Amino acid sequence: MVELAGWSGPERSHNVRRMHPPTIWTRLHLRRYVRSGWPWRAALYLLSSAVLGLITLLTLVLLAVAGSVLTVVVVGLPLLLVLVLTGVPLASVERSRLRLIDSEPLADPHREPDRTGLTAWLRTRLQERATWRELGYAVLFGFLLWPLEALVVGSVLLVCGGLLATPVMLAVDGEEARVLKMWIVDSWPGALAAALAGLLLMPVFAYPLGAIAAGRAALTRFLLASPTGELNSKIKELGRSRVRLVDAFEAERRRIERDLHDGAQQRLVALSMTLGLARLDAADGPLGPLLAKAQDEAATALVEIRELIRGIHPQVLTDRGLVAAVEDLADRSTIPVDVELDLPVRPPEAIETAVYFAVSEALANVAKHSGASWAVVRGGLENGQLAVEVEDDGHGGADTGRGTGLQGVADRVSVLDGRLLVSSPAGGPTVFRLLVPCSTP
Amino acid sequence: MLRIVLAEDSVLLREGLVGLMERFGHQVVAAVGSADELTDAVAAHEPDIVVTDVRMPPGFSDEGLRAAIALRRRRPGLPILVLSQYIQRSYAEDLLDSSDGTGVGYLLKERIGHVEEFVDAMHRVAEGGTVVDPEVVRQLIRHRRDPLARLTAREQEVLALMAEGKSNASIAAAMVVSEGTVSKHFGSILTKLDLSLDDTTNRRVLAVLAYLRGRPGVEPA
Repeated sequence: MVELAGWSGPERSHNVRRMHPPTIWTRLHLRRYVRSGWPWRAALYLLSSAVLGLITLLTLVLLAVAGSVLTVVVVGLPLLLVLVLTGVPLASVERSRLRLIDSEPLADPHREPDRTGLTAWLRTRLQERATWRELGYAVLFGFLLWPLEALVVGSVLLVCGGLLATPVMLAVDGEEARVLKMWIVDSWPGALAAALAGLLLMPVFAYPLGAIAAGRAALTRFLLASPTGELNSKIKELGRSRVRLVDAFEAERRRIERDLHDGAQQRLVALSMTLGLARLDAADGPLGPLLAKAQDEAATALVEIRELIRGIHPQVLTDRGLVAAVEDLADRSTIPVDVELDLPVRPPEAIETAVYFAVSEALANVAKHSGASWAVVRGGLENGQLAVEVEDDGHGGADTGRGTGLQGVADRVSVLDGRLLVSSPAGGPTVFRLLVPCSTP
Repeated sequence: MLRIVLAEDSVLLREGLVGLMERFGHQVVAAVGSADELTDAVAAHEPDIVVTDVRMPPGFSDEGLRAAIALRRRRPGLPILVLSQYIQRSYAEDLLDSSDGTGVGYLLKERIGHVEEFVDAMHRVAEGGTVVDPEVVRQLIRHRRDPLARLTAREQEVLALMAEGKSNASIAAAMVVSEGTVSKHFGSILTKLDLSLDDTTNRRVLAVLAYLRGRPGVEPA
């Protein structure tokens, strides 16, 4: 799975391309297959299989024999352990080699060990099913697959190469050349005809070569792909894309806020000022009352736009941080709200924003539904978590499913791996508890 | 005539404000668009008053306010009127905390529309007065709703007008009552809140603001 760190152009185009990744199987169906590089890739894949397979076979046999023999003197045991783990590096090579004929990357099914060090690594690997599946693959590959692949690619190369080389052999020998060790050619037209046959056979062979490579790739994928590994990386990617969506959403809100502030708000202030100046001149004239009315309208529009901007993204949150912004919410609340937040340093911006809107929503719920006469927002950093609580003295019984407000808060907090807990027994009190992982330096 | 340094990044508003100030016979010695330029302009021109926006380049955060507070630290008593789009107690409080809170003002930008009142506020700040926007005072009052619950609605109104920096006469005019009534309300506010304030407008403003901010300790005796 490709890690998309941002959403800039090249990465996005990469992502789009991944939707239809070219594989040798899909290319086989195209008319231009023969002229493309894909037959060569198939040949290279099978050829490298032969080499790698031979190495695998030798490694397996050597380790097995040496390990078994030396077990009596204890040194053999580590060798047998290495034998068990042979599949791990082989599978890693196989996953990269697969890219030759299949652009869809095969996810690494192994976990990162929890701790560093050889023991932790060994323990993790030996507990994974993937390790044992990869060992099975190594055995299959070393003893069965590579000889077959070598046979196929070897035959094709020998036949085509042999035919093509006929004129050269004739020239070297001077009198005759044995074509594929089967019949004798002693004339130039014959030699050229053999070379031509070789040339014509190449595109013909390209198809079985491609088909066998495709089958081999499918087998590798089937044996080495971990279903949960694929799923996990998809889930990871989904999580990342959700974070990006929230970031983009927040950036868009900021942009709207800035546009309103720099545009409409300034123009309305200027309009109000112009009207004010006009009133100086026309105070006693017939236009006076109309100008006053126009200025009142401009003032009302300014109040509305200010509230709108504050709802989109309060400037105090950017400038002064979470505590000041929550105190501001408390000042605006219709019921008295105490703020007991203790944050020695400002949390990351995404956390501040999510927590601010969560507290805002919680306080709005308190004011609307709880019948409370008082509320408190308290919290701080504890054990690497930002914990914030909103408690009221209302009658409780809050329905967490009511409206989308709280659900939206929960969604937003969960993007940051945080949690929103609501306790609201009948008779009260209602407590909203927010927990967001927050590592501060 | 006041010699003014004006800082506002919106060209539209800056030009408008220059026109307005000149119309009332004041001289804008420098009109700039960023916090850095503001600091330089004050050093170059030694103005009678600084009028500045809060949100300015380069960061479009609260650079204007920070520059104003830094200027006050270097030149205590330099009158500064901050124009803001935000009803924000903490911004006004930072300004009030700079030197002793005299000669500062925090007004919402829309107050510019009431041209004469705006120019009057500018004068009061230039003379060392303290001017706080009514909306911000309202926020301060909400913030202190516990002790203020003891006051009647009329008394709260008087307290708010005092905090905005109004004299008894203008409070009486605003509430359409006699000055005597204002004095009576004033007396009962002092009793109920257990405050001792003298009647000079400016020290009173500071004391009331200090009380509203929950810092009775800083009141002048």
